Parts: sequence; C-alpha cells; structure tokens
Amino acid sequence: MLLIQQFVNSIMLGSVYVTVAVAFTLTIGVLNFLNFTIPTLFMLAGMVGWALAHWGLPFGLSGPMTWPLALFFGICVAILASLLVERLTFRYLKTKYGDSTEHAIPLVSSLGFLLVLENLVRIGYGTDAQRFPGPSADLTMNIGGIFVRIPQLVSLGIVVLIVVGLTWLLKRSRIGRGLRAIAENPDAANILGVDTNRVVPVVFMLTGLLCGLAGALFAVNYGEVSPQMGEDIGTKAIAGMVVGGLGSIWGAVLGGLIVGLTEMMTIHFFGADTVQVAVWGLLLLTLLLRPQGLFGHHSIGKGKL
Amino acid sequence: MSGYWAGILSILAINVIFAYGIFLPVATGQLNLGGAGFQALGAYSAAYLSAMYGLPVPVTVGVGMVVAGVVGFLIAFPILRTRGVYLVLATFAFAEVVAGTILNSDTLGGAMGMSVPAFIDWEVPVIVAVCVTLFVFYLMSTRFGLTMRATHDDEVVTDLMGVNIRMVQVSAFAIGGALAGLAGGLYAHAFSFVEIQSFNALISIYVLLYVLLGGTQTAWGPLAGAAFFTLLPEFLRSFLPTVKSALAALVGIEGPVGPPDDSWRFVILGALTIAMMVFRPEGLITRTMIERLRFRRSTAGKEVTA
Repeated sequence: MLLIQQFVNSIMLGSVYVTVAVAFTLTIGVLNFLNFTIPTLFMLAGMVGWALAHWGLPFGLSGPMTWPLALFFGICVAILASLLVERLTFRYLKTKYGDSTEHAIPLVSSLGFLLVLENLVRIGYGTDAQRFPGPSADLTMNIGGIFVRIPQLVSLGIVVLIVVGLTWLLKRSRIGRGLRAIAENPDAANILGVDTNRVVPVVFMLTGLLCGLAGALFAVNYGEVSPQMGEDIGTKAIAGMVVGGLGSIWGAVLGGLIVGLTEMMTIHFFGADTVQVAVWGLLLLTLLLRPQGLFGHHSIGKGKL
Repeated sequence: MSGYWAGILSILAINVIFAYGIFLPVATGQLNLGGAGFQALGAYSAAYLSAMYGLPVPVTVGVGMVVAGVVGFLIAFPILRTRGVYLVLATFAFAEVVAGTILNSDTLGGAMGMSVPAFIDWEVPVIVAVCVTLFVFYLMSTRFGLTMRATHDDEVVTDLMGVNIRMVQVSAFAIGGALAGLAGGLYAHAFSFVEIQSFNALISIYVLLYVLLGGTQTAWGPLAGAAFFTLLPEFLRSFLPTVKSALAALVGIEGPVGPPDDSWRFVILGALTIAMMVFRPEGLITRTMIERLRFRRSTAGKEVTA
C-alpha cells in the first residue's frame, strides 16, 4: 500500500517536472537551443507571485482573489522575461565565422541571463525560502486508502490540458506548421515564407507560459518558494527531457514521470541523499547508451551546437 | 604581502589553470560544462592522500591531476560520441554524478567536507600557473595545436585531410581534465579545506564563461578571461559601495549607506556575458587581434622572408 501511495506521489511530483521538461524540449526541438533560463523563469513566476501576494497587488486588486491573481501576474512576468531573452539571445545568432563553438552563443547568453535574473531576485527578495499563502495543501481525498491532495490533482489536470493543447497547436495550427518547418530546416522555412522573427518569439512565449505555470503550480502545491527553487527542478526536468528524447513532447511527458518515479523510489529504498546520483546517473546512462532517448529523433540536438 | 592579496593571487592562479583545462576541449569544439567535476576529483584525491597518508604536496597534487586526467580519458570515449546539446548535457551530468557520489561517500567526509593538513602559500599556485600557461602556449604552437584549431573550425574537412580528429578530441579532453584536476589539487592545499558544495554547477558555468568571454581562438583568451573575471569581483568589492553612496547622495539620501548586496557582482558578470555575446561573440581576444599587434611590431624583418 505504501508503494502505491509512493507511486501516486511520484506522478504528482512528476507533473511539475513534465511541464518544465516540455519547455526544454520545445526550445531544443524547434531551435536546437538548450535554454538555461528555463529554471530561472520557473523561479521568477513563483517569487513574483509570492511577492505580490505578500505585499499586495497593484491597481488595488487585492482582495479575496489575491493569490490566484498574484500567480497570474507571476506567469505574465515569466513570459515577458522569456521574450526579453529571445530579444537578446536568439535574435543575434548570426553565423559570422562558421566555427563550431559559435553555435553555443545562445546557450552562453542564457547562462548570463540565469545569473542576472536569479541574482536580481536574490537582491530584491532575499535568499530565504518563503511560505506561499495558497489554499490549504491539506485538502486530501481518500481513494481506497490512497491519499490524493486536491490541488495536486487539479495541477495534474492542468498539465495534461496544456500538453494536449500544445500538441494540437504544433500539429494543426499555422504557427505550429511554421515551428515544425523551422525545426526541420530554418533556411528553407525562411525561403518558403515563414517569418522567423514572428514565429520564433512564439516558442519563447510558450516557454515562459509553461515555466510560469509550473512555478505557480509548485508554489500552490508545496506552499513554499525560494530563489533556489529552480535549480533542483531544472536539473530533474533536463534529466526527464533526455530520458524521453530531445525534441519530443510526449517523450518529455513520459521522461518527467519516469524521473519523478525514480526520485520517489530512490527515496523509498535508499533515502533522500542518493536522489541526485540516481537522477543524474539515469541521465548519463541514457546519454551514453541511447542518446536519442525513448522517443527522440536522431537528428535533433546533434548539430554543431 | 597581506593575506588578502595572497588569497587573491592563489585563486587567480587556480582559476587560470582551471580555465586552461576547459579551454583545451573548447578549442577543439567540445563545450565542457563539467569542469567542477574534474576539479572536485583532483581536489578530493589530493585532500584524501594528504589527510590519510600525510603524503607530500607534489605527490598529492600530482595524483589528483592523474586521477582527473585518467577519468577524463576514460569518459571521453563514450562522452565524445555525443555531440552538440548532448555533449553539454553529458559533461554536466558527469559533474553532478561526481558531486553526488562524493556527497554520499563517508570516507570523503560527505557533506561535512575534509580539512587538508598540508598548506601551500600563494607562490606555488602562481608558479604552477605560469608553467601551465607556457605549456598551453607551447601546445597550441605545435602540430597538435594546429590540428586542434582545425578540428574546432571544421571537423569534416579536418577529417578529410587525414587528421584523426577523435584522437585529437579525446587527448584535448583528457589533458583538459588533468589540468582541471591540477587546479583542484592546488585549491585543496591553498585553502586547507574541501567541501563538495564549492564544486557546484555554477563553478562549471563560471569557468566556461571565463573561457568563452576571453576568447577561444588563442591561448591568450582564457588567461585574459580568468584574470578579468577573478579580479573584477575584487575591484567591484571596493567600487560598488562608492557607486551606491554616490547614487544615494544624488537622490538625496543623507547619512551612511549600507554596503550593496554581494549578488550585484554576479548580475554584472551575467550582464557582461549577454552584452559580449551580442557585440563580440568570438570573445575578447581573437586571432586577428593578436596578429595585428604582432604585425605592427615586426613588419620590417618579416616582409622579406614572407
């Protein structure tokens, strides 16, 4: 029974990883860009949400709906920050010399953004973990002896909706076709009339939305935010993305759940200290034995980064 | 010399060696985001041998260097099979696995860290750093250095020219790992204490930024990058409070102003990174820049022979 309970917990935990992993995989799949600002955007949404809920909302909006509105603004800030990252990192990626490390330019810029945003939040809000005044996390449902927290169940539903919506967007909409064309071959897409400067920001908006949403769900479910909250989630999400296969959305979903499961089972059998080794070991093994992951495409992420 | 400057010189020397360790793989086109892992291997090997067996410093540091180099060589084969994003992730994962393993190891002190009995003063890291710098400059001037540059610029063509690019990449990765291990060993002795928290992912990021911002085309780049970014925080430490007081005076706040947050230094490092990538992505020091400097000095003699 305890094992089943752990299994349920791991799915709940995994759903946060899934959201962030989908953000990672989307950027890599379409732009071949490992975006290191993703954990920071996640943290930004949570921290800004907390700050607004704590010190009151602008425009006299404070009231009974404070914390959902605060989280909503937090997500908006994450999206705006993500668009700023697009402006200053990706848009300047122009091949000038054709050597192999210059493809790392966006990656390096995103590392710069990680430092800037995270430290600005530290300066503004301090380094301590803060309690998020959300709904009581004790609302639980008892299904045949298994306890399920209601906010977590709701977040799981939201995550599923988002992923299905994203799949639909990529498969059926005009923007999605443009994104897939860019993923296939950016130059050819450009020649065939895909406006890169209009389509690429969509990826970053979606990234901001997914990360912001994950940050908001995390704040509600765990009732705690801190400037460091992105690091742990970010690493787990990267592991999930790699296990599932780079560039594959459903791979990221499955990978995130596998990482959540690995984490819970490691804690259950070996204790909390070994989680990091287990998750990263899983990642390293996947990279060495089956680099394309479970569902990944061979070509993605292989370009001269 | 005051203890403050001795500490800065030690850390500067260690950072220069560490930066060269990351520079060598990057110079062959392999981004190594696992620098902290190699540094931790070197540091912990040195610390363990020094604490448990009381071996002299040259032996402990040497063993640390060899351990990191051998591990670098062994993982280079599977890791360099991966490319692009995968390579970055694999090196990153490697560092995390090393950190996690040490954290869970009781013989290495786990989260408590280890104190290192043998202490070295600032002269030793500085002398070693000078030797390493000369070694890397020599290496880049050899035929091997030429094949490294060629591999960096275009792998396919270099392969077609009959260069064993795999051998070049694995060697560069392993030598780089050994240098990072050397930096770690020196770190352990210079600070008399190692704890795994000081070999975290941010360290790997910083050192890669030193190398990329300094420039990867010549061996001058990592030297400039490491020196600049080690000395910049120290400069800012005295400069930022002045700026803050001046700003406060400008806005009209009276009285004493508290020192600014330590995090501002990292904000500036990050902002500089972003600005560099926008305006000069090839790094501070480039091959053409060096050539131009040299040209001006020795035009007279060279033109005849050329």
